[in-house]
Amino acid sequence: MNLSQRLVNWARVKSPWITLFNSGACNGCDIEVIDALTPRFDIERFGILAQGSPRHADILIVTGPVTAKQASRLKRIYEQMPEPKYVIAMGACGATGGVFRGLYHVVDGVENVIPVDAFVAGCPPRPDEIINGVVACLGLLKEDLAHGGKEWRRKKEPAPPPAPAAKPVEVHA
Amino acid sequence: MAEVIVPVGPQHPALKEPVNFKVVADGETIVRLELDVSYNHRGIEKAAESRDFVRVVPLLERVCGICSHSHTTVFTKGIEEAMKLTIPPRAQYIRTIVAELERMHSHLLWLGVAAHEVGFNTLFMWTWRDREAVQDMLEEMTGNRVNYGTNEVGGVRRDLTPEQIQAALKRLPKLEERLAKYAEMVNAEETMLLRFKGVGHLTKEQALQLGAVGPTARASGVDYDIRRDDPYIAYADIPWKVITDTHGDVYGRTLVRVGELQQSLEMIRYCLQNLPAGPIRTAPPRAAPRAEILTRYEAPRGELVHFIRTNNTDKVERLDIRTPTLANWTSVAVSLVNQNLADIPVIVAAIDPCLSCTSRITVVNPKGRHVGEMTWDELSEHGREFYRRRGRR
Repeated sequence: MNLSQRLVNWARVKSPWITLFNSGACNGCDIEVIDALTPRFDIERFGILAQGSPRHADILIVTGPVTAKQASRLKRIYEQMPEPKYVIAMGACGATGGVFRGLYHVVDGVENVIPVDAFVAGCPPRPDEIINGVVACLGLLKEDLAHGGKEWRRKKEPAPPPAPAAKPVEVHA
Repeated sequence: MAEVIVPVGPQHPALKEPVNFKVVADGETIVRLELDVSYNHRGIEKAAESRDFVRVVPLLERVCGICSHSHTTVFTKGIEEAMKLTIPPRAQYIRTIVAELERMHSHLLWLGVAAHEVGFNTLFMWTWRDREAVQDMLEEMTGNRVNYGTNEVGGVRRDLTPEQIQAALKRLPKLEERLAKYAEMVNAEETMLLRFKGVGHLTKEQALQLGAVGPTARASGVDYDIRRDDPYIAYADIPWKVITDTHGDVYGRTLVRVGELQQSLEMIRYCLQNLPAGPIRTAPPRAAPRAEILTRYEAPRGELVHFIRTNNTDKVERLDIRTPTLANWTSVAVSLVNQNLADIPVIVAAIDPCLSCTSRITVVNPKGRHVGEMTWDELSEHGREFYRRRGRR
């Protein structure tokens, strides 16, 4: 690893930039994420900056159960982010669809659309839990740097019984 | 100059729900606005038909995380009307306290967002810091900061202890002092006066014609507030007054919201001091008789309407929700016309949309085949730069 790469890695761990995507949430998670930026919680203490554009972001925070209309947008936003990229799914909705699970216009969780690295529990999670989630993501980032990628976290064997098939994602133009 | 279409949406960096709108602009001046607000459609109304009255309340709470108490109160109020239940006064007062706390947190949030959109980030940080006092009160009383889970059909789920009441009363003087400061700032702070006055103007006739509600309508001189005109829960017993203003622009909407913040604080104090004793719930019957109920509520953003049809079962047969933001969007479309492109963020923020916008704006000029991209941040930045260059009017 040459010097410039080491410098980039050091900076990445010390100052990750996050971007927020609302995939059909109730706003509860969103205002708590904004709350994390403001004086009481002050996420900038960790060098974490909120960025508007996914092209500048290292960590994508996704709120909501992902509506069918937003699924293709979420995928595109994710594809715009530069590697290495991390995804945090917020709250009960982001994990399983939460209270909206099974509704006709909902794909039940972020993981059905893009790979997720961390889940933060709660409805909505408190700002301190969100900060904890981002910091946990940084730990993951450090380990990935040591392993040279995300591959080491993938399960070696294909999971024995196939999980119940996820609802097909209807993509609306 | 040829007209240019500026699409905005559906991802927004900092705030709220997704929405897409196409702004047709002639140079810097806005000609027309086209809207698509359906990105957050989850199918809640349909899901409400298959859940009983106990399980539907947490679902409705999550229609919107900012006005979650509004949706459950208006729904339980409607179902109680159908069941002909009388709610104990203590429960009504607790509902009122939470409702007004919610209004305070929502208006403080709005003031910060509006300040952020004009580049006045100091005020954004201040209001959100003061908002934490309100959030603390909500958390102490209800157990959660955002989705409170206070309401159920027949009353409320948690009682207030004397310690909680004392703790809440102790927080109020400090908050009152800060609100007085904001009331003073709105009239004196040059940054706000320059960017708010005369921006996004809506006349009284337009407000009435377009069916604007809430602070947006009241800032245009429409004296209309459900809390007074169709009193529910404890509003008939509490001394308070409706705040109106005749400016009709973003400045007027700020004045109305700051005035309402001060009114809400007084209402909370009155309710905490005069909380009636007694039970906090009555046992509701399992099923509601056949009825059609139209129930209204003054949410922080304006009149919220639920239409409920019940059918002798423990579920609703039909639920229709009309949110205040939907009523106010048309007024945005009108008040944006002939304004500067630079004023889009603050005019859109002025109705306190419970929908979100985008981080990506694509600027398309069909004649010059020029396609560029702007983020919402860049648009905000463009707004700040535009007025910096232009100087004082």
